[in-house]
Amino acid sequence: MSVGSWVRNHPKILESAYLGTTWVFERLNPLLGFLGYRKIEPWILPLEKIGKKVLFDCRMCGQCILHSTGMTCPMTCPKNMRNGPCGGVRENGNCEVEPDMKCIWVEAFQRAQNMPRYGKEMQLLQPPVNRRLEDRSAWITMLTKEDVEVPSGWEGVSALTILEKDSDCWF
Amino acid sequence: MPPDEQQKPEYLSGSRLERILRAGRFAVTAELNPPDSSDPEEVYEAALVLSRVCDAINATDASGANCHMSSVAICALLTRAGYEPVYQVSCRDRNRIAIQGDLIGAAAMGVRNVLCITGDDTTAGDQPEAKRVFDFDAIHLLRTAKIMRDQGHFLSGRKITTPPRLFLGAVSNPFVQPYEWRPLRLAKKIEAGANFIQTQYCFDVPRFQMFMEQVRDLGIDQKACILVGVGPLRSERAAEFMRTKIPGVVIPDRIVERLRKTPPSKKRKVGKDICVDIIQQVREIKGVAGVHVMAYRQEELVAEIIEEAGLLPRPRQPKAPDRDPFRQDRKWKRDREGERGQDQDRNP
Repeated sequence: MSVGSWVRNHPKILESAYLGTTWVFERLNPLLGFLGYRKIEPWILPLEKIGKKVLFDCRMCGQCILHSTGMTCPMTCPKNMRNGPCGGVRENGNCEVEPDMKCIWVEAFQRAQNMPRYGKEMQLLQPPVNRRLEDRSAWITMLTKEDVEVPSGWEGVSALTILEKDSDCWF
Repeated sequence: MPPDEQQKPEYLSGSRLERILRAGRFAVTAELNPPDSSDPEEVYEAALVLSRVCDAINATDASGANCHMSSVAICALLTRAGYEPVYQVSCRDRNRIAIQGDLIGAAAMGVRNVLCITGDDTTAGDQPEAKRVFDFDAIHLLRTAKIMRDQGHFLSGRKITTPPRLFLGAVSNPFVQPYEWRPLRLAKKIEAGANFIQTQYCFDVPRFQMFMEQVRDLGIDQKACILVGVGPLRSERAAEFMRTKIPGVVIPDRIVERLRKTPPSKKRKVGKDICVDIIQQVREIKGVAGVHVMAYRQEELVAEIIEEAGLLPRPRQPKAPDRDPFRQDRKWKRDREGERGQDQDRNP
């Protein structure tokens, strides 16, 4: 078992690590902003690339949603599903495209159940990928808020809301 | 589903399927096998058989990643003849720009039902070397179509002068892992914009009952109409092919065994009986609004299945389609056949 899969199978640790990283970057934000995000990015990028590649097999989409997807990178899904598993999962839980690979969403679902803080975010409606952010540093795009820009009319809602609403029924 | 008169919102589309579902009638849809031909008559021949027994006809979008006549073209042909198509849009072959354009294009051709799917991977088909697009997933597609319909603009924010009136559908596969999450994923699709759901082939009724139990607990059977996917199996070999080669199809061993033990002359009938039996079982499940019949290369069986399941006559039969707009097409076909005949005379 690789380091990456060991770490991913301990999502509780990763949850704390995520919180820690966010805390650090928020503290550093004024300094990074002062130095200029674009200037800093080439220095941060290799660090992020290597770290996330080892831990998550990161594909550098530049808009990281790991904590909302059970600490499993959705871009490692051959179909790039951002909102959950497709209907092609094999009977043994493996991927439709890569028969020897476990469906990453089957794994994500198991991991999310061990994530007290962010597990529920699996039900968020993730917006389409902004392809312009590919190969950018997700840490920087998080600080510049580019990663949460959504298409016009797209509300960041959770599917859990429909379970609460009574009147939102079309028939 | 009890329609509450006071709260009743307006129809979302001019769709016949929507009217039938909203009236609480048990709906029947069927899948049309798309032709590998540029002859519109082949679409009409297949549609004529189906239209008499179902409320809407699904036009698949290169299902299984095999190339056939495009779904938007099939829908355009069907609406011209007065049929009610369900336009299947997959995210495998087109990016968001093409998809949004096709949605308003289809609406302009009279299409009112759209089924939003992610699509089988290219490796499932006969051209596995093709580039997969997957710019969107099914949920992105659903929400985009909903934004275009309800807010009247593209994802860029640019206004659509006449927004498409669409009845939006999504698919669900309750028969594959992670089982406990499937109802929640369905909730996600409904939140994204789905008004009706068509499921993958249902051969495992107990599993489906468990799924529906969770669905009812969440109350989402009240927010969208669920149509169960069913279909006949030709033989145990066909069953084996489907469950190994078609992504996401689960067929329990007991059904394959039953077909194996049947003498060859009766296999087709037994396959059909199993399908009729499944329809009757799922019809009894609370929260099921209809069935979706997918008879791959066995369209001739669809009418028999629907009749034997006691689902005829269908409400509001469409008028006999007016074929006049296609006189040109038919004339062209006759001429072409005439030419071919002459060619053969010349070169025996």
